[in-house]
Amino acid sequence: MENDPHFAGLTGQVVHDEIVAARAPWLHRMKAGETLRVVDLEGNQAVDFLLYATDDDAERYSAQDTVAAQSNIFLRTGSVLRSNEGRPMMTIVGTSVEYHDTIGGACSCESNSLRYGHHTKAQHSCVDNFLEANLRDGRGKRDIVSNVNFFMNVPVEADGALGIVDGISAPGLTVDLRAEMDVTVLVSNCPQINNPCNGFNPTPVRMIVTA
Amino acid sequence: MSATLADPNAARAHARAMDGTVVEAMPILPPRADDLPAGVFSDDLLWEETIAGGGYASRLIARGTRLRLIDLEGDACASLMLFNAATPTERLNIADTVKVQWNAYPSTGSLLLSDMGRVLASIEQDDAGTHDAFCGASNEASNRRHYGDGRNSGAYPNARDRLLLGAAKHGLSRRDVHPCITLFKGVRIDADGTIDPQIGPFAPGRALTLRAEMDLILVVANCPHVLDARPWSITPLRATAWAGPITTADDPLRTATPERRRAFLNTEDLYRR
Repeated sequence: MENDPHFAGLTGQVVHDEIVAARAPWLHRMKAGETLRVVDLEGNQAVDFLLYATDDDAERYSAQDTVAAQSNIFLRTGSVLRSNEGRPMMTIVGTSVEYHDTIGGACSCESNSLRYGHHTKAQHSCVDNFLEANLRDGRGKRDIVSNVNFFMNVPVEADGALGIVDGISAPGLTVDLRAEMDVTVLVSNCPQINNPCNGFNPTPVRMIVTA
Repeated sequence: MSATLADPNAARAHARAMDGTVVEAMPILPPRADDLPAGVFSDDLLWEETIAGGGYASRLIARGTRLRLIDLEGDACASLMLFNAATPTERLNIADTVKVQWNAYPSTGSLLLSDMGRVLASIEQDDAGTHDAFCGASNEASNRRHYGDGRNSGAYPNARDRLLLGAAKHGLSRRDVHPCITLFKGVRIDADGTIDPQIGPFAPGRALTLRAEMDLILVVANCPHVLDARPWSITPLRATAWAGPITTADDPLRTATPERRRAFLNTEDLYRR
């Protein structure tokens, strides 16, 4: 562990360590106080991310409550990921990326047909990952709300132009999140191949949980 | 008073004496409006209601319906949820709405997109220009922090719980209160991500007209914007709806961009049955 740069700066005991394959979903429960490190192993890999309160999963991550509470659309070190009840779910306690997105949402087969054309309908998508993992955990489509996109860059220009542009992440960059309550973490390791969010090449990410 | 209403007949008379009472915030049944646009006739009217500051409404809206919202006094704040009435698991996706259209600020010509790649509604006309796709509804905790109370039963109800009540009246529940769009109170986003709220108060009478592109459940809450730093300030919102034609293939909003054209193709496909 001490020779693995992905553990640099982490304290506490590693209780979970997993590589999430490119294009795959991931669901994991964390206790309050545990820390999740997400490692962008090969760089420019969007990690679509939702949270549910484990005790009452109708309470979930709210991008709108999160950005309103901090009066800023970007997620940086110190940003508190808030629920639809306004409560802190996780805090970004450190990240080696300048900022992360939470306004761009998740790709879906349906929105791909608008963004790129109906020829993309058969491609895999984050919403399908979210659905698959949620369905196995007692939730469904209506539990999918606006998400976080770690390692994804969605600037808003002065004229309102908004779009997913080249990533500001690089191999080995990380984001560390401390759970402020017992949370169920839902991830889609984004399979999108039609825009720069994954460098047109989806790659694996690593999840390290410490307690 | 209580003594004279001690028998049912007196209580009935008392209740019935209220018939015909007119207040500012109420529905008008049947709907009446003397300011319909040219070419719209009284028989086309479907809904006329003034929604109180702090109030809410929810309603089924048929495909083709035009819904005009007016910020009567300059301090309305309309947080809006939209669902496919036939399959309410399909609902407004605000992230797709801004992402697919490559623009952060919905206004005239913008589509409100569902999470199924379809058009729930188009913004046919907008003379406000100050709307918010980012901050969402206030909640009980944020209102308690700012006003000392945020409950539906109190003087400072929060928008999220108003939306929840409106959604519940169509069989929906907490899981269905999705990220909303807020009309009439706006934001601008700085290069560093800072959210600059545009709270007003604005000139009275600003209007926005939506065109329903699908059969919808519409839920609207009229509560102060979550970043409104003033003491409780919210004024009535007027809703007027009338029947109209379904969008045609040559509609200028529809043909404006390839994304919008494909969104309408997907919407038509839903009704091809």
